[in-house]
Amino acid sequence: MTLIRRILLRLLTMAITLFGVAVIVFFVIRVVPGNPIAMMLPPGAGEEDIARLKALYGLDKTIPEQFVIWLSGVLHGDFGTSITTRQPVLGLVLSRLPATIELSVMALVVAVIIGGALALTGTRRRGTRTEGAIDVANGMALSVPDFLWGLVLILLFGVLWPVFHISGRVSPALDLPFSTNFYLFESVLRLRFDIWADLVSHMFMPSLALAIPLAAIIAQLLKQSLKETMNLDYVTLARTKGYGENHVITREALPNAVLPTLTLIGVQFTFLIGGTVIIERLFSYEGLGNMAIDAVINRDLPLIQGIVILFALIFTVVNLVVDLTYAALNPRLRHG
Amino acid sequence: MSFLTIENLSAFVGPAPILRDVSLTVTAGEVRGLVGESGAGKSMIGKAVLGTLPPAVRVASGRIVLEGEDLLAMRPRDRRRVIGARAALIPQDPLTALNPSRRVGPQITNRLVDILGWTRHDAQVRALELLDEVHIPEPERVMRAYPHELSGGMRQRILIASAFAAEPRLIIADEPTTALDVTVQKQILRLIREMQARHGTALLFVTHDLGVVSKICQSLTVLYGGKVLEDTRVGDFFAGPTHPYSAALLAATPKYTDPDASLTPVPEAVIDGVRAEIEAFDRMHGHV
Ligand SMILES: Nc1ncnc2c1ncn2[C@@H]1O[C@H](COP(=O)(O)OP(=O)(O)O)[C@@H](O)[C@H]1O
Ligand SMILES: [Mg+2]
Repeated sequence: MTLIRRILLRLLTMAITLFGVAVIVFFVIRVVPGNPIAMMLPPGAGEEDIARLKALYGLDKTIPEQFVIWLSGVLHGDFGTSITTRQPVLGLVLSRLPATIELSVMALVVAVIIGGALALTGTRRRGTRTEGAIDVANGMALSVPDFLWGLVLILLFGVLWPVFHISGRVSPALDLPFSTNFYLFESVLRLRFDIWADLVSHMFMPSLALAIPLAAIIAQLLKQSLKETMNLDYVTLARTKGYGENHVITREALPNAVLPTLTLIGVQFTFLIGGTVIIERLFSYEGLGNMAIDAVINRDLPLIQGIVILFALIFTVVNLVVDLTYAALNPRLRHG
Repeated sequence: MSFLTIENLSAFVGPAPILRDVSLTVTAGEVRGLVGESGAGKSMIGKAVLGTLPPAVRVASGRIVLEGEDLLAMRPRDRRRVIGARAALIPQDPLTALNPSRRVGPQITNRLVDILGWTRHDAQVRALELLDEVHIPEPERVMRAYPHELSGGMRQRILIASAFAAEPRLIIADEPTTALDVTVQKQILRLIREMQARHGTALLFVTHDLGVVSKICQSLTVLYGGKVLEDTRVGDFFAGPTHPYSAALLAATPKYTDPDASLTPVPEAVIDGVRAEIEAFDRMHGHV
């Protein structure tokens, strides 16, 4: 199958997936109890006020009718208006998206660095106490979910040894000369390393909390694949050529051992993004996840829909990228 | 002068001996057969020389001397360099001995560039020459191919070319034809012999096939249970082996004009005799 056909097929699947998600979310949030209008009005508002507001937000129609209206809006780039803030959903969501992307990517990078380093060290020292210690650490990291790591980190770096910022995305006192909300990215481009350091200090704990479980998964799987690969004949042959352990691990074994881990990272990265919802809340980080929780509390139906669709879009795009990377790295798929 | 001398090598897995006081030599330009049934320890001897023994295997005593250098006494790093420069392996299974994610070219040239310090260009020229020597058509194309695009026979030719790349003094070939199609086996055997003769390399040829030994070896070592039973010239061996096990092995070998036929079993009584001999050896050396 050619690359183009492969991509087209995936795009089609993505569209179907997104539609399915939209349908489910739309109906579920309208069926569960909780009335967005009631929450907006002052106590003692009359039936008339309620009816008027309902009509304003289109909530007086049947659910299928509402869906058709919403969907045709979406297809024209209009995701509706947030009930609580009365601003367009799309603008709200897009303003928060960069914060979540930066946090997730940072967490992913941290996870890959820590997990990769542990896997390589464990392989290099296989059969020794170092490997045993790595296995124990992995087990611990995996048996505790990310938000509990968040609490542990707050205790460590917020209370006992307060060197990092506990809450928020950036110190309010700082003047931000940025034209996008990709603060971290822009601070590097504009060489504002003072701001960059402040951002990193804020991101340190949330990204580490998100990264720890993924790092453990990467370390475990990659180490296992590496150790299996190390016994293969071409690795032995490389040793007879005069290569040492480090070269053999990184140059001969790693490129072949990394593929299963890569696929797994793709799947796990979507879980990590899901984890941002609670982690952002825990650290009052102004991202999409934090906004999602507010939206649910306020029963802000259009905003919930917008956020969920965006999350679903991110997940499917991540999966597509992983698939294509996998194909690019594996010569057998590339030429087969 | 002998290129390779193994003296009284003993190795264990846990308490179990897998090499029992093994001694053998390979002299300049000689082809020595290393014969024994599966599990006899043939590959372990090759791995002990090349420094690729599995971690579970412990060398308890003995010396391995390559061109005057005592390999087991060297620092691992120095030892790797010596092996990489002076010895090479032709592996058993060409399907698994090439790295699937790297092109063929670098897999031939990497030792020359990384270990022996050649320029990339010189190594490239040398690799093309070698591919030509092992009768690979369109060497330029093959250099750019990935292993999975090539047949088993082609891959074994590439591995042979790679083994001879640095003009090693010693090559260890570990059953280099057993994983191949019968028709390809003969070509590969002929090729190894041709390359060995042209380059004057000493060759330790591991096989369980006496027919092959009669064709390409000058001397041979018969191994059973990690113990050397017979070490002799090929001519003398086929004229009349001294050890009963070798005699039975020879009798059990079909016409060695027909190397495809498999071994028929050695009689039980002979095996029992060998086992008793090994037990006596173990008792004498205090192994359980
Ligand atoms: N990785 C290993 N770990 C422990 N023992 C091994 C290993 N590989 C082989 N052995 C044992 O070492 C002995 C010799 O094996 P080997 O040299 O591979 O025999 P062969 O003569 O068939 O090449 C066998 O008894 C085998 O069970
Ligand atoms: Mg073997």
